[in-house]
Formats: sequence, structure tokens, C-alpha cells
Amino acid sequence: MSALRMVLLLALCWQWPALALDIDEALEDPAQQAVYERLLKEVRCLVCQNQPIGDSNAPLAADLRREIRNRLEQGDSETDVKQFLLARYGDFVLYRPRFTAQTALLWLAPALLLLLGGVSLWRVIQRRASLPIPSEEDDLRRLQRESGG
Amino acid sequence: MLRFILPVGLFAGLVVFFLVGLGRDPGYVPSPLIGKPLPQFTLPRLDDPSRTLAHAELLGQVSVLNVWATWCVGCRQEHEALMQIAATAEVPIYGLNWKDDPEMARRWLVQLGDPYVATAMDLDGRVAIDWGVYGAPETFLIGADGTVLYKHIAPITLEIWREEFLPRIRQARSGRS
Repeated sequence: MSALRMVLLLALCWQWPALALDIDEALEDPAQQAVYERLLKEVRCLVCQNQPIGDSNAPLAADLRREIRNRLEQGDSETDVKQFLLARYGDFVLYRPRFTAQTALLWLAPALLLLLGGVSLWRVIQRRASLPIPSEEDDLRRLQRESGG
Repeated sequence: MLRFILPVGLFAGLVVFFLVGLGRDPGYVPSPLIGKPLPQFTLPRLDDPSRTLAHAELLGQVSVLNVWATWCVGCRQEHEALMQIAATAEVPIYGLNWKDDPEMARRWLVQLGDPYVATAMDLDGRVAIDWGVYGAPETFLIGADGTVLYKHIAPITLEIWREEFLPRIRQARSGRS
């Protein structure tokens, strides 16, 4: 019972970080508003480079938010807006960059490393498996050698 | 033997990888504009807002566009270098005054000197977005045909001018003739 109470107490303490930078009212079309909110999390603020523009109070982030809003209101799709930003700021502006020759290593590195680790592990296991299993006499002899020596 | 060389080789590879990484600026964002035509704009001039400065005025010869503002510390740092570069009259330098107070910007040019042929006012930062500006000072080198040749982010120095800009200016000129 006290554990449950603890959990409830912790749940009360849990607060989502407020995304209250953009005080403008929502876009008329809820679908567009959803796209807008998605882009706020997806587009990197280039001034404070580890913050999305929805999280940043840098002036450039505010300019980009306004620009994205205007573009959506004028009927741009999510892809159009991304293309607009990519043409100006490059792949770095998106938290999930496109897959291009330049970003290929970034995307493929985890899989390559996993593969490399898997192959090494498999080879070690293979080698271990091919070693003769020591018999009881071997163990005894080793013990005698180690304690008697 | 391989048991020895392999880990040592991998370690050496990692050391080289990290050493190269240490020397690189993680904040540097390469501009996708290089090799593309300059973004278009028509903006009021700082010295006379009733007149405009447009991208077309930069065409016809190799030119420089410098993005600056009075709130930008790096711009204050580079101003003396810009004055000296302007004095050599190698190429015309245009200014893009980014999200600034025009009155303060005009005073700045009176007090520190005006290295610019003309300065455009980007009051709301809309044109700066088209140029992919994210941190003043930024300095673009524009070819005579309007191609963006190079971009330098951070205060410009005479050394950077000599080593990064002048060779590209000469190359652009020789390529044209």
C-alpha cells in the first residue's frame, strides 16, 4: 500500500517541461497544427545547437517558428517546409537528417558496429568451442600444481 | 602476431579519429548555398530607408556580403579588419544589418567607420533565413555571376582574408577571363 502511495506521490511530482514559448494561438487546421508541433521538435535551433526550435528562446528560433507558421498557413506541406530549411541550413537543421552520401556513415554506423561486434563474438565462441574440454584429471593436476608449487 | 597488430591498429585508428575530432568545431555548419546562386532580396538601405538595396547590385563583379549587427560582439571584433580590407578596395563589401536598431547601426558606422559600399536593413530577419544565417558575423564571397563562392562564419581577420578570400577572388577572376 505504501509503495502505491509512493508511486502516486512521484507521479504528482512529475511535470512535463512546458512548451510555452510559442504563445500564438493554434493554426486553424488541426492537421496543420499537428505538423507545426512536429516540426518544432524536429528542427534544430542553429544558435543553441542541442535544442529544437520549439524549446529555444534564441531570436533565430523565434524567426524560424514564425517562418514555418507562415509557410504552413500558405499551404506548404511538411515536406515543403523541410526542403525550404534544408536548402538554407543543410542537413544539420533536422534532428533526423536525410540519408545521403554525407550522412550515410552516421546512419549506418550503429548497424556496422553491431555487425562487427557480432562477428567477433561469434568467432570467439567458435574458437572456444573447438578447444578440448579439460578432463577431471587435467583439473586435478592443475590444482595440485597450483597449490603444491 | 595478428592478435597483437589488430588491437594496436584499432587503437591507433581511434586515436587518429579522436585527434582529428578534437580539432574540429562542432558548432560549424557548412552552408548548402556554396556553388548556388545568391538568395534574392530587396531591402531598405540603412543610410536612406527610402532607397533599396537588391541582390542584383552585387552582380557584375566579385563582391562580399557581411552580416553584422550592433548587438553582435564578434562584429565589433572584426570591424577594424573590415575597415582595412575595404581600404585595399580589392572587392566591394556590402553589409546586411541583421535584426538591428537602425539608429544604433547608423551611429556604429559613424563612430567606427563604414567599410560598406551599401548596407541593407533586415529588420525582421526574413532575408537572413534565406541566406542560412545563424550567427553573426558571417561573410559571404559572391562571384560576378552571383554564385556564392565561400562563407566564413565568425569574425574575419586579415589572415583569413589573405588565406581564404584572396585566393578565391583571384581564382574567380581568372576563371572569368
